[in-house]
Amino acid sequence: MLVDRLNSTARRVPTWIVYAGLSLPAPWLFWQGLTGGLGVEPIKALEHEYGLLALQLLIAGLCVTPLRRFAGVNLLRFRRGLGLMAFFYLCCHLLVWLVLDVQILAQVWADILKRPYITVGMAGFLLLVPLALTSTDRAIRRMGMRWRQLHWLVYPAVLLGGLHFVMLRKGWQLEPLVYLGLVAILLLLRLAPRRKRVAAHA
Amino acid sequence: GTALVGLAGAGEAQEALEPNGWDEITSYCNYYEFGTNKDDPSRYAGQLTTDPWSVTIDGLVERPGEYSFADIIAKMTIEERIYRFRCVEAWSMVVPWNGFELADLLDLAGVTSDARYVAFETAYRPEEMPGLRFPVIDWPYVEGLRLDEALHPLTIMATGIHGRPIPNQNGAPLRLVVPWKYGFKSIKSVVRITLTDKEPPTAWNKANPREYGFYSNVNPTVDHPRWSQASERRIGAGLFARREPTLMFNGYEAEVASLYEGMDLRANF
Repeated sequence: MLVDRLNSTARRVPTWIVYAGLSLPAPWLFWQGLTGGLGVEPIKALEHEYGLLALQLLIAGLCVTPLRRFAGVNLLRFRRGLGLMAFFYLCCHLLVWLVLDVQILAQVWADILKRPYITVGMAGFLLLVPLALTSTDRAIRRMGMRWRQLHWLVYPAVLLGGLHFVMLRKGWQLEPLVYLGLVAILLLLRLAPRRKRVAAHA
Repeated sequence: GTALVGLAGAGEAQEALEPNGWDEITSYCNYYEFGTNKDDPSRYAGQLTTDPWSVTIDGLVERPGEYSFADIIAKMTIEERIYRFRCVEAWSMVVPWNGFELADLLDLAGVTSDARYVAFETAYRPEEMPGLRFPVIDWPYVEGLRLDEALHPLTIMATGIHGRPIPNQNGAPLRLVVPWKYGFKSIKSVVRITLTDKEPPTAWNKANPREYGFYSNVNPTVDHPRWSQASERRIGAGLFARREPTLMFNGYEAEVASLYEGMDLRANF
């Protein structure tokens, strides 16, 4: 069966592939920005590319559980890599915004407080900081059930990320709405009743 | 008297301006009728039919009617105006426009004495403009000016850039250019100009009145809710471009500040 083949292939792929493969776009995009490949306004373009990659990786991470539950495809071992690389691109996104875009530290703070789309994005980022800090095997072992509960913070974080994308565009634009819709669907899937257990209890 | 002094001032300011290149001006555009990405207009605007073209001038005018682009051009004197262009998104360019004063075009139709405002409308062609499939804003795009703003000698209708015909993505065949206002006021591909006695609706103000006012004069002291307007970044300066301070009325304060004397620019943003 296709699912079994997929699962057995996935078991053989080392997880460092995720880190190695997904870190390549960072220097590549920076180089493109430096050499004109990102157009005549490379700062905004680079900021957006990094931010979008982060959102896409977060969404990929949210796909892991439903894929396992509804399709039987097990990619659980890659989820930490997806999450950490998403966090890495969020840091790149923030750094470009801070250093290259806004440039003035006082204004960075004013922007976070005054501009709702930045407040929302920054809140999403802050929610992910404890998740990145507790991504080690040791933390998982030591925290037990509390680790799982803490990592539910990814749900509001991704939702805030999708909202940030919708809010920063002018007018109602299709692309960010598609991303926000995708996030909403992936979160709603988690509310689907677990049939087997319900049946067992009945 | 004052208008001439103002223009002389603009002339001096122009000499210091280094225009952006053709590729920069024509590849980085906001023209949502062709898509919301900056490169969508240059990619898709080619399909817009700009010949033949006519502009309907109606409302409070002595000679309402359809004025063909060819007839308009034949009656106008085209000159070059090198203007700063400041987008509300806090980026800027310097564009060497070719065009004529809007006042001269309005003279063709003869503005009546009860007119107070000028309303503009962009072409609405769903079969040629893929962006119209999405309700990003309420189509068609509309803009407006107070009559004295419209008649100001700095206000032009542009038909060219860098001495070449204006490309579709920049608003062919003719567009408004009001250099002291945020770029979205300079409406593209104009098909209708209506003289009225009431302040006309404007596209971005309808979409989000809290963020976009009717006047939308470039003003570094009044922030847009999503962007500080205190500084701007020149297009084409690369990955390490420094921000530059934004000038009051985009650097045309000497010429246009008198239009707003006694007005609260914070309330009338």
